[in-house]
Amino acid sequence: MKRKSEEMKSLFGRKIAIAIICLGFVLGQASAQTGGELRFCLRTEPKTFNPLKVEDDASGAIRYLTGGVLVRVNRQTQDLEPELAMSWKVSKDGRQISFHLRSGILFSDGTPFTAADVAYTVQQLMDPALHSPTGDAFRSGTGSVETKVISPTQISIKFPAQVAGLDRLFDQVAILSQHSPKKEMAVLGPFMVADYKAGSTVLLTRNPNYWKTDEQGRKLPYLDSIQLDIQPNRDVEMLRFKRGELDLINSLDSEYFDKLAATSPQLVHDAGASLDSEQLWFNQVSKSPIPAFKKTWFHSANFRRAISGAINRDDLSRVVFHGHAQPAVGPFSPANRFWFNARLKPQSYSPDAALKALQSEGFRMENGTLKDKDGNAVVFSIITNAGNKYRERMAVLIQDDLQKIGIHVNVVTLDFPSLIERMTQSFDYEAILLGLTNVDLDPNGEMNVWLSSSENHQWNPQEKSPETPWEAEIDRLMKLQASSNDAGKRKEAFDRVQEIVVEQEPFIFLVNKNALSAVSTAVHGASPVILSPQTYWNAERLTVSAK
Amino acid sequence: MSLGQKLACAILVLVLGASAAANWLAPAGYAKQYREATDAPPSHTHWLGTDELGRDRFARVLYGTRISLLLAPAAALFSTLMAAFIGGLAGYLGGGWARIAMAVTDLFLSLPWLFLLITARALMPLNVSPLVSVLVTFLLLGLLGWTTAARVLCSTAAALRTSDFVRQARAAGLTRQRLFWMHVVPNLKPVLYAQFWISIPVFILSEANLGILGLGVAEPMPSWGSLVKELEGLISIGEEPWKFVPVILLALVVTSFQFLLSKHEEVPA
Repeated sequence: MKRKSEEMKSLFGRKIAIAIICLGFVLGQASAQTGGELRFCLRTEPKTFNPLKVEDDASGAIRYLTGGVLVRVNRQTQDLEPELAMSWKVSKDGRQISFHLRSGILFSDGTPFTAADVAYTVQQLMDPALHSPTGDAFRSGTGSVETKVISPTQISIKFPAQVAGLDRLFDQVAILSQHSPKKEMAVLGPFMVADYKAGSTVLLTRNPNYWKTDEQGRKLPYLDSIQLDIQPNRDVEMLRFKRGELDLINSLDSEYFDKLAATSPQLVHDAGASLDSEQLWFNQVSKSPIPAFKKTWFHSANFRRAISGAINRDDLSRVVFHGHAQPAVGPFSPANRFWFNARLKPQSYSPDAALKALQSEGFRMENGTLKDKDGNAVVFSIITNAGNKYRERMAVLIQDDLQKIGIHVNVVTLDFPSLIERMTQSFDYEAILLGLTNVDLDPNGEMNVWLSSSENHQWNPQEKSPETPWEAEIDRLMKLQASSNDAGKRKEAFDRVQEIVVEQEPFIFLVNKNALSAVSTAVHGASPVILSPQTYWNAERLTVSAK
Repeated sequence: MSLGQKLACAILVLVLGASAAANWLAPAGYAKQYREATDAPPSHTHWLGTDELGRDRFARVLYGTRISLLLAPAAALFSTLMAAFIGGLAGYLGGGWARIAMAVTDLFLSLPWLFLLITARALMPLNVSPLVSVLVTFLLLGLLGWTTAARVLCSTAAALRTSDFVRQARAAGLTRQRLFWMHVVPNLKPVLYAQFWISIPVFILSEANLGILGLGVAEPMPSWGSLVKELEGLISIGEEPWKFVPVILLALVVTSFQFLLSKHEEVPA
């Protein structure tokens, strides 16, 4: 009897405990979803609120939070998901895309959303007079874009030439209202711009007409508002975050990350290698005003490979980025799950092998100095942009690494305009250390880098015809993958491009920086990822508890 | 010499002595990277810890002091001589010469010198050794730093030109050249000294400013500018106090120069 009573007591206790947990969960959910304001910083003034004219990060952040798009790349899975379009179909020739839209959706000002708005947006986007940077990605040939509104929920868009990866490009196209008097301020995204104080803040409030609901049928977004403070100074941003005045820092430097991690490890997030890379390249421009013997070195793939092998990438990651970077493998980061060529392996650090490779090319060591076969000491300069301490440190480590094989490097830091002038106009440089910020998962986003005729083919831009067989092969493969709608064939072609780049090393890829961020414990639902915007990609589902 | 000036002198001698003995006090040198001990706190092997690349901070402070303290006075001397030549001569000759010289001086004064330095640095050949880059940096500082001193010297020389003793010497038949060297230049000396001493801390700070911008002295060579740059991003003073040693040293040396200068200011011009 006593035992039964104890069992009953135990059962009762358990029920109470479960009830308390359930109550706590419900209360927690309720309090988490009663609104709240998320605060974080934009590092520059937004240049525009017109989503089609976005070219800076700050305007991009506002576009992401306010703009409604037909399809969205899920920042976590990297898959394309339906948004305003329930389904879509790209034609076999890659020129046409048809969308089936959701019905009953309203813009933030109450104007109904129809296929006519999509047609209007596309016409605006492709209008040459607007100079839309987003529209540039769709410009694959001469001629006009044809839009055909089949019904209020169906539209077909035909481009003059094939656009590779057409559907994913719509991730960046926020739909405008054709008829709203508020123009671009009428939005379909979860938030809308409520107030803007130049140089100070942008206040976004919940879009009352936002169409999405959560799994329980509750309207999204959960937040009442987002306050974006314009703050270029990262020290101030960090101090304000530590004081609890900000809820997140979307992108952190590794030094700040470690400092914050030392005191509050629960606040920092390292999502792993990002798409961004840091790279070094030699000047291979035939008409550049550098000595002929140096041009001979820089044109030699063996020389470039030897330099690459003599650079200790592990130390670059460990020392410069405090371990928050990964040695780069090739042109695409392993973070790009689909397009990265997994057969490629990181370049191993071996100064001895590098020296042997150079000796086989006729270089020789004399009193600790490497000389070419004509007796010229191997000395060159690496320029990078002044003020970027990580690049300056990488350059100094590389300087020290190359000194071990008798190569003397002069590190020069220049203000950015001077560097760009040397890189693109005068070609008066020997080697450059810079980074590549990659926002596009698709290799078509890098056509302007890999095609030999392109302006951004930085080691030797705007070649009239490919100057080397391997550049000709890259041109062929890049065009091949761009003209195919078969993902497998495209991948096969771009895998080969990556292999050629790793063999020839026109760019010596050094590291892929990790995506680092900080999120306050007051923010619920945050799950930082490597794709931008790392911390607030799911802003509609974030909640902020009372501070 | 007051107690403060004696103390200033002692500090300068100590700092100069230590930097001169850098090879002996820090034999590993300023460029050696201890990559397994980056950003380390002070220890018996690294008295001021290591920097972000694992280089011994004590060695870098000593060598950086040597560079800044050798080249800042050299640049100050160069700019003072230029100021003496342009300002002193213009003031002495007067008339059109003075107007032209002062117009050029005003033009130089109105130029944004920092922008000019950045531009000049960008136009320099890239493949220069760190030693050449440091020499060029201070040469540029000297070339652009003579203007204020030139105005002072011009007005002093103009006052001397119309002074009674110069008029008397001219009436006695002295040639213009002899008059300039025998009577004007000796009377300009106190002003020249003062301008020289004033310029030293100005150039040290200018080089530090350039260093903070990532320009100036090239890696791996240290300077006070590049050492001060380490404080970028330091959130609290108490976090890593040893990183403040270069700043403290810079403040001490500049203050010491100012103390010494105060003696020269007392000399009537």
